[in-house]
Amino acid sequence: MAEYTINVNGQDHKVNVDGDMPLLWVLRDHLGLVGTKYGCGVAQCGACTVHADGEAMRSCAMTISQLGNKKVTTIEGLSDNADHVLQEAWKEHDVPQCGYCQAGQIMSAAALLEENKNPSDQDIDDYMQGNICRCGTYLRIKKAIKTAAKNL
Amino acid sequence: MTNQNTYSDSRRSFLKNSIVGGAGLVIGINYMSCKTDSATVEIIKDMPNQWFDFDAFLKIGDTGRVTIMSQNPEIGQNIKTSMPMIVAEELDVAWRDVIVEQAPLNTEWYTRQVAGGSQSIRQGWETLRNAGAKVRQLLVNTAAEQWEAEASDCTTSEGVISHSDGRTTDYGQMAALAAGKELPEEVTLKDPKDFKIIGQSQTNVDMDGILTGKPLFGIDYKRDGMVYASVMRPPSFGQTLVAYDDSAAKKVNGVIDVIKFGDKIAVLAKDNWSAMKGKKALIAEWNQKEKAEDSAYHTDILKEHLDRKSEKPRRVDGDVDKAFADADQVIERIYEAPFLPHACLEPMNFFADVTEDKVELVGPIQTPQWQQNRVSDLLGRDKEQISIQMTRMGGGFGRRLYGDFTVEAAEISSLAKRPVSLLFTREDDMTAGTYRPASAYKIKVAIKDGEMTAYHLTEAFFNGMMFDPMPSNFPCGAVPNYRVDCHSIESNLTTGAWRAPYANFLAFAEQAFFDELAEILGKDAVDYRIELLEKAKANPPEEEYNYDADKFIGVIKLAAEKSGWYNKGNKNLGFCAYYSHNTYVAEVAEVVKKDNSTVIDKVYCAVDCGLVINPLAALNQIEGGIIDGIGHAMYGDFEIKNGRATIDNFNHYRLIKMAAAPEVEVHFVKSNNDPTGLGEPTLPPAGGAVANALFSATGKRLYKQPFIKEIDVLG
Repeated sequence: MAEYTINVNGQDHKVNVDGDMPLLWVLRDHLGLVGTKYGCGVAQCGACTVHADGEAMRSCAMTISQLGNKKVTTIEGLSDNADHVLQEAWKEHDVPQCGYCQAGQIMSAAALLEENKNPSDQDIDDYMQGNICRCGTYLRIKKAIKTAAKNL
Repeated sequence: MTNQNTYSDSRRSFLKNSIVGGAGLVIGINYMSCKTDSATVEIIKDMPNQWFDFDAFLKIGDTGRVTIMSQNPEIGQNIKTSMPMIVAEELDVAWRDVIVEQAPLNTEWYTRQVAGGSQSIRQGWETLRNAGAKVRQLLVNTAAEQWEAEASDCTTSEGVISHSDGRTTDYGQMAALAAGKELPEEVTLKDPKDFKIIGQSQTNVDMDGILTGKPLFGIDYKRDGMVYASVMRPPSFGQTLVAYDDSAAKKVNGVIDVIKFGDKIAVLAKDNWSAMKGKKALIAEWNQKEKAEDSAYHTDILKEHLDRKSEKPRRVDGDVDKAFADADQVIERIYEAPFLPHACLEPMNFFADVTEDKVELVGPIQTPQWQQNRVSDLLGRDKEQISIQMTRMGGGFGRRLYGDFTVEAAEISSLAKRPVSLLFTREDDMTAGTYRPASAYKIKVAIKDGEMTAYHLTEAFFNGMMFDPMPSNFPCGAVPNYRVDCHSIESNLTTGAWRAPYANFLAFAEQAFFDELAEILGKDAVDYRIELLEKAKANPPEEEYNYDADKFIGVIKLAAEKSGWYNKGNKNLGFCAYYSHNTYVAEVAEVVKKDNSTVIDKVYCAVDCGLVINPLAALNQIEGGIIDGIGHAMYGDFEIKNGRATIDNFNHYRLIKMAAAPEVEVHFVKSNNDPTGLGEPTLPPAGGAVANALFSATGKRLYKQPFIKEIDVLG
């Protein structure tokens, strides 16, 4: 056990955990930020996607000790009033069904739009291939990303 | 519908406590009520100072805001939005003034608090309409009394009551006076042409919570003093626990306790990660008490049963044996499907707090009442002591009908004497069972003078056989000699319903067969389906068949028209139509050739589900059902070796991804018939439509799922 200070959504938090604890469980069980979801634990489903220094990463596969000083943004910190351009587009297209994977989908999409303001269908398919949705909302996710890109 | 005077006090307080008590409980707020899309700004009524209870579904505030309880579990089928829409319609309020809350289990107030079989809307329709209409009439009657006028001279609109002489009041002002009065027994329901909310698209009431990461799901639930549990279960089916050593597990940082229950061992810890680490540190010895099954055994025994006739066929019309004896040609095909896990993105989990005087259960469950009964039996507690609050579910697809995780959580909490949050790891979720069983179908037809004279379907399935009245589905009625045999083979793998049970594979088998049969008979695939349905209409058998041939033909013609079936030229189209869960669906898949391979490019879908409650959500269900159906038909594979699942996570279990999801174009048959469900019926035809389109593109017929093992498709 060791004490770690991590910056999440602009705030510093001190946690006392084992160094091998994935960031996902620090966020969910120690900081109460449950928007980041557990789906597989092996970086295969994308439900746990957060940003570390602005880059999309799977928080289930990054330990607290590996995180270092990187600043973390979770779905809770993406916007103040659910008004990020992607969140607005998600509402417009009524994207979610069960909704469980959607925070991860949005965090991946947000990182995509940071890199590429005008992604093609192929760019979106390629970037989003790490995010699974069993409900099958992919068509709406893609439409929402395109709408968001237009509204940037 | 009873009114509040007849509710027992214990039940009333149970409900209230369940809704407001405890941090993190799921309360759905209709955030969309803040939306101002229209040109004129619509003013939302203020939050009330006081709420008044009317019936099991409704509370009305002194400002006219309305709370509608959503009785059924929300699993992603969007009934938390569409069921309250039905109540709001008949109550005649503005949707923007509605707040939706998830009701807890309450067997006195609600019937069928179940998510399953695509039945929530269909079976809730009359009850929900009456719940709204009766309260509306009571409010009108109360206003009329105040005015010393006739209720029949009053009308309502968006929560305002108007007398023909010009006087007006509103629901907020009448709520206090009307609450507690007996509800009228008979009310007139609206004419569908007057619907203002039903038929208009409304976004998901939990939208903002989903998009901002609010604790909506079972896995998100927290309680002071709660510990996290990870459970080691027998690694193979048919095993029992002989001995275990928990000394290393107990040394793991954060581990609080290790508890054996039955053949399972629970590790309790202060967070999920420590519980999982503790479980990995357990050493256990298992005894293979029953047969260790494997996939080769499953395949062989299924096929063996396809050659048997059952003692009790599920349906027989005419004389099948004679028709086969007289046939010019007999065509026989076998179709095979593997076991499949449900792969809900939210792994199984549940919260339980078992104390001396109560049992509190919170979590994602499709069948709360069943679990209340099971926990009551397990712990020897009165049902009245056991409360269940349903959370939003991160998928279910049938897996969350079974509640093994609810019962486990209750048992662990009872033994640990603590509030417990039980979570399956993904590996637990995929290997602990309750799968769609592997199955096989044999379809055998007799041909005489170019006509199908007999149809014989044989089903081989593990731990079950197709539900009634599926043996009376198409092509029953369309062929004079018809027989269905079903064989249930025992397996020690735990099995259960999986989105559109039986239909999810049978639809492919049957409709791929008819595509091939049409080809053999030299007929157009769509024309042949219509020809058969016309036969069923013209010469119905003595015993009724289980579909409306005209509705079936309706969706078939609509799908053919919209897909350009009759002008397809060189396009590779595949047709499939299937009736399940009371809804008629026809799909046409289009496959294009690309880079020496094939791509599933587009699916046209025609649906007759009666009245469409919420078009936006209906489209979402239809698209999702098709994509999910294609994904599992293409990729869904699973293997059992020595009694255990060899595939335990998404690095080996392939779900469809965005790149492989085709465009979907949906057309509804316009209808004012009572609504039916949409959670399942568009999934079954997807595999058949794709298989038939792939045949058109490649000339290869498909008989086994997953298709990807048989044919190359990009995606």
